Amino acid sequence: MTNAGDGSAPFSCIISNTMDFTPHTEAERKEMLADIGVSSFKELVKNLPIMEEDLKIPSGLSEGEMVRLGHELGSKNQAAPRLSSYLGAGAYEHFSPAAVSALMSRGEFLTSYTPYQPEVSQGTLQTLYEFQSMICDLTAMDVTNTGMYEGASALAEAVLLALRETGRKKVLIPRSLHPDYKTVLSTYTSESGTQLIEIPFKDGQLDLGFVAKNLTSEVAAVVIQNPNFFGIVEPAEAIAPLAQAASALYIASVNPISLGLLTPPGEYGADIAVGEGQSLGIAPGFGGPYLGLFACKTKWLRKMPGRLVGQTVDVDGRRAFVLTLQAREQHIRREKATSNVCTTTALIAAGSTFYMSLLGKQGLRDLAYQNLAKARYAFDQLTQIPGVRAAFKAPIFNEFVLQTTTPVETLQQRLLECGVVAGLPIKKWYPELENASLWCVTETKTKADIDFLVKTLRGVL
Amino acid sequence: MSTSRRYAKSHEWIRVEGTLGTVGISDHAQKEVTDVVYVEVAKTGKVVKAGDEATTLESVKAAFSIYAPVSGTITKSNLALDGDPGLINKSPYDEGWIFALEISDPAELDKLMSEEQYQKFLTSGEAAAHH
Amino acid sequence: MENLIFEKSQPGRKGYQLPALDVPSIDPAGVLPKASLRQHLAELPEMSELDVVRHYTRLSQLNFSIDTHFYPLGSCTMKYNPKVNETIANFTGFKAVHPLQPASTVQGFLQVYYELERMLAEICGMAEFTLQPSAGAHGELAGLLIARAYHKYKGNPRKTVIVPDSAHGTNPASAMIAGYHVVTVKSDAKGAIDLAALKAALNQDTAVFMLTNPSTLGLFETHVKEIAKMVHDVGALLYLDGANMNALVGLVRPGDLGFDIMHLNLHKTFSTPHGGGGPAAGPVGVSQALTPFLPVPRVRKTEQGYSLEETSPLSIGKMRAFNGNSLILLRAYIYIRCLGREGVRKNTEIAILNANYLRVKLRDYYQLAIDEPCMHECIFTAAKQKPKGVRTLDIAKRLLDYGYHPPTIYFPLIVEEAMMIEPTETESKQTLDQFIEAMRLIAQEAERDPEKLKHAPYTTPVRRLDEVKAAREPNLRWKPSDKPIVSPVDPARR
Repeated sequence: MTNAGDGSAPFSCIISNTMDFTPHTEAERKEMLADIGVSSFKELVKNLPIMEEDLKIPSGLSEGEMVRLGHELGSKNQAAPRLSSYLGAGAYEHFSPAAVSALMSRGEFLTSYTPYQPEVSQGTLQTLYEFQSMICDLTAMDVTNTGMYEGASALAEAVLLALRETGRKKVLIPRSLHPDYKTVLSTYTSESGTQLIEIPFKDGQLDLGFVAKNLTSEVAAVVIQNPNFFGIVEPAEAIAPLAQAASALYIASVNPISLGLLTPPGEYGADIAVGEGQSLGIAPGFGGPYLGLFACKTKWLRKMPGRLVGQTVDVDGRRAFVLTLQAREQHIRREKATSNVCTTTALIAAGSTFYMSLLGKQGLRDLAYQNLAKARYAFDQLTQIPGVRAAFKAPIFNEFVLQTTTPVETLQQRLLECGVVAGLPIKKWYPELENASLWCVTETKTKADIDFLVKTLRGVL
Repeated sequence: MSTSRRYAKSHEWIRVEGTLGTVGISDHAQKEVTDVVYVEVAKTGKVVKAGDEATTLESVKAAFSIYAPVSGTITKSNLALDGDPGLINKSPYDEGWIFALEISDPAELDKLMSEEQYQKFLTSGEAAAHH
Repeated sequence: MENLIFEKSQPGRKGYQLPALDVPSIDPAGVLPKASLRQHLAELPEMSELDVVRHYTRLSQLNFSIDTHFYPLGSCTMKYNPKVNETIANFTGFKAVHPLQPASTVQGFLQVYYELERMLAEICGMAEFTLQPSAGAHGELAGLLIARAYHKYKGNPRKTVIVPDSAHGTNPASAMIAGYHVVTVKSDAKGAIDLAALKAALNQDTAVFMLTNPSTLGLFETHVKEIAKMVHDVGALLYLDGANMNALVGLVRPGDLGFDIMHLNLHKTFSTPHGGGGPAAGPVGVSQALTPFLPVPRVRKTEQGYSLEETSPLSIGKMRAFNGNSLILLRAYIYIRCLGREGVRKNTEIAILNANYLRVKLRDYYQLAIDEPCMHECIFTAAKQKPKGVRTLDIAKRLLDYGYHPPTIYFPLIVEEAMMIEPTETESKQTLDQFIEAMRLIAQEAERDPEKLKHAPYTTPVRRLDEVKAAREPNLRWKPSDKPIVSPVDPARR
C-alpha cells in the first residue's frame, strides 16, 4: 500500500467488503462523540449488559455476492410460467400487467410511512380512497377498510365483530370452507368459548336444510365462502332471509375476480364481505404479502376494524383525504379498540388498485369470463379421461374437484416430471372423497397447455 | 323538584325531574374534548350503578367514557346527536343532553356537587385528574 | 391535487388486453344459475394504460418517502430500504411461486425460512422463531395465544395481562383479543417500570407481563433482570415488544435478559419497506418451553432437504393462511446476509450515536423529557414553546414546510406534548445537522411569530385538514352521482 498524498488512501475493499448503509466516516464519528461529550461509544451504553461474544451468524456480503446468492436460492425454486401449475386453493395465478409492479416499486409509494401526516401523504391516501371505492363497488357494500393482512385473518376479524356485537357464542361455518381459514378461525376464537359449527355439504354445496335448522338466535353469524373451497358457486341468496330471521350476521368470504361475473355479496344480503385480494394483480410469492378484503354495510361502520380513508377539505378549501374514524383503533382505544391491527398491507392494496384501474369495468368481466370458459374446457376434457370423474355436479367458477382411480400422489409425481403441478390433494381434509384433488384453471392457461395436461394425464392413468 | 344541575367529578351533569334524570357533560368537559364527532347511543334498558360507563363519545383524536352520575336504568338517548354531535359543544346543557335514566336511589344525588361546588372544583387541582 | 381516477374515466377505454379466448366460448347463463349472475358491472375506471400510469405516478409525487425525505419517527425505525432487497425479491424464482407447491419445488424458499428463523433466534437469544405473523400486532396476538396455550397446558390459562401505561396501543388491544383482561401499571417519570407497582399487580392470575425494551421513551430498562425474576416467580411469562430492537441488535439479546416471548417488526429493524402502511412481518420468538405451541407449519431440515411439518398437537394453529409474508421475509433475510454479524452490530452503534447527537444538539431549543444518554431515540416536549401557545402539533406541521417528516408526536401518552425522535443509522451527519438547523429555526419562529406555526404547513400539496368534518360526515368512497369538484387552481403549486 502506498501513501502518497490525497487520493491514494489504502484500497478499502482489501479490508472490508460487506454492504454498509451507514454513511459516517471515522472522522465524523469522532466529531459526533466529542459533541455528545463522551470519548467512546462504549460510554453511551455503559449501563447495558452488553454481550461478550459476536453473534453466530454469517459474515456480511458485498452486493454482487448477495445477488449471486439470490440467484442461487431462486433457482432452487421452480415457478410459473416454466412450471405449469394447476394449483389454486386461495392463491391464484393471473397475468399482472407490467404497470402494476412498476407503479408499486416507485420509491414514493414503496418507502413512505403510514399516512398519519396527511399533508404529505395525499398520494397514498387518495390511492387508498380509490381502492375503497372500487372494492365497495365490486362487492356492492357501503364501506371498505384499507385492507387487512390476508383473507383468513380478515374472516376471523369479521367473526370476532359478530361475536362482540351479538354477544352470542355460536358461528355456523361451511365444511367446504378453505382448511387454513377454518384453522385460523379456530385459533382466533379458541379462547372465547365460541362454538364453530360445521355446515355439511351436499354435492359440494351448502346443505341449506342444515342451515335453516341450526341458524337459531344463539348464532352470532353464518359464514359462507363463495366460490367455496371446491370451486363451487353457492346458493348465496338463500342464506340472507335465514340470517335475518335469527338476527345473526351474514358473512361472505369471496373471490374478487369471480365478482366480475357473479352476484356481489351486498346484493345477496351479506352484512360483511371478506376475501383474499391477491388475485387482483398480486404475485403468488409463496404465500405473501397478500391483501385481506373487509367490506360491510354502513350499520357496522363504527365497529369495523382497520383503517379508513375519508374525504374532506383543507383550510384553503382543497379536496383532501385523511385517515378518519381513528377513534375505533388501537392507538386511541387500546383494549377497547375494534381490533389490534396497526400496519396492514397498504402497498398491496395500492397494487390491486392499479390492477383494477388497468383492467377496468369491462376488463374484469372479460377476465372472469375467460376463467369460467377455460376451467369449463379443462373440466370437460379431463372428465372424459377414463379413470377421472367429477366429484360434484354443482356449478363452478375456475376451480373443480376431480376424483381419480390412480392415487393422487402417483399423479402428482408423474406430472411433476413433465413440468406440471397437479391439482391439490384434498383427502386429508375430506377423507370420504377418495383420491380427490382440487384443480384451478385461470386465463394463464392456453388451450395447448390444457390439451397437454389432458394428454399427459391420459398417459399416466 | 329541582331543575338545577348537579355534577359528578368526572364532569357529567344531571338534571332531575321526578325520578327521571337527564345527563350530559359540562361546558368545561366539552372544551377539553374539543369537537365531538360521534356519540355512541346508550343502550335503553341498561342498568348502571353510579360511576359505571353509560356510553362513549369520540373526538377526532380520542375517545371518552361518559359515566352515570347516579344509579338507574337508561330510558333513552338523544338521537339528535347522531346527525349533529356538535350539539354537545354548542349547547352542552340543553340540546346537547346525552341520555336519560330512571333514578333508582335519589339519595345518591346528595353526593354530587352543586353548581357552585362544581365551579370551585374546577379551579382546584383535583379537576385535572378526572376525565 | 389530483382528480380522482373515476373523474378521469372515459367509457369504453381499456388499459389491458387479455389474449383472445382459444377454448370454446360458453354462455355463463348456461352453466351458472341466474341468481348467481351479476346484473350490473362494477363501476371500475375505464382508462388507457398511459392515463393510469400518469395518474398514479403524479399521485406518488404528492408523498414524502424515505427515498425522498428524512423521517425521524420514534419507534418506527425509518431506515433506508436497500434496493438490492427489491431486485432479488422480484426474481421470478421467488415472485411466481405458489404457496402450495410440492416441497421439492420450493427448496429455495424453505431454506430462506429455515435460515432466517435461525439467524433471528441467534440475534434475539430465543430458542425458535415463527415467521408466520404478518405484522407486529399480529405477532403480539400470536405470542399471547402461545402464552395462553402454555398456561392452559399447565392447568390454568390465568386471567390477566399486565401492560405499562407507556405501551403501544396494540399491546392492550392484542391482550383483549387473546381473551385476557388488561391491567395497566404506571411507569415512573423516566418511563421505567415502577417496580413496586409491578409487584403489587403481579399475582397468580397474571399470565403475561408485556414490556417494551428499550422503553417507548428510548431508555433501557435497567431493572429488566429483576423484573424477569418477579414475573417468573408468580409463574407468569415475560413478553418483549421488539419494536425498539434497533437499539439492541448485536449488543444485547432479549433471551439473555429473561424474556420468554417476543416479536420483531421486520419493517422497522430489518429494513423491509413500509409501503405507506404495510405489508410488514412480525416474527415471534419463544423460549424452549414454549416451542410446542408455535403455529404450524414448521420448516424442518433433513438429509433429503427442507420440508414443512404440518401438524403439532399443541400448536395454537394458524394466524393466517399459508406460511407468511414470504417476499417480505426474503427481504429481511437479504438484509441480514448483506450486513452480516459485524454489520448488524455496527448499525446499532451508529443508530445510538445518531440519536444521542440529536439529543445534545436539540436540547438548547427544546425541553428534553429525560436528560440522560438515550438509546436509538430521544424524547423532547414542547414545554419551552408552550408559553407562546405553540404545541407539538404546530412544530410538527411546520417541519413539513422545511421538508422533514415530523417525529412521532403525542406518544408515549405519559409524556405531555411528546416528540419522539429516531434518526436511524442510515442518516448522515449532514442530514442531521440540517435537521437541527430547521428545528432551531422553528424554535425561533415559535418565539417571534407563533401564529405562523399555528397555521403551518404552507408549502405542502394540501394544508391542515378539516378532520372534524371527515369524522362527522364520513365520505369513504366515490359514488357515480358525485360531481367532480372544481378545485381552486393554483399555478404556483404545480
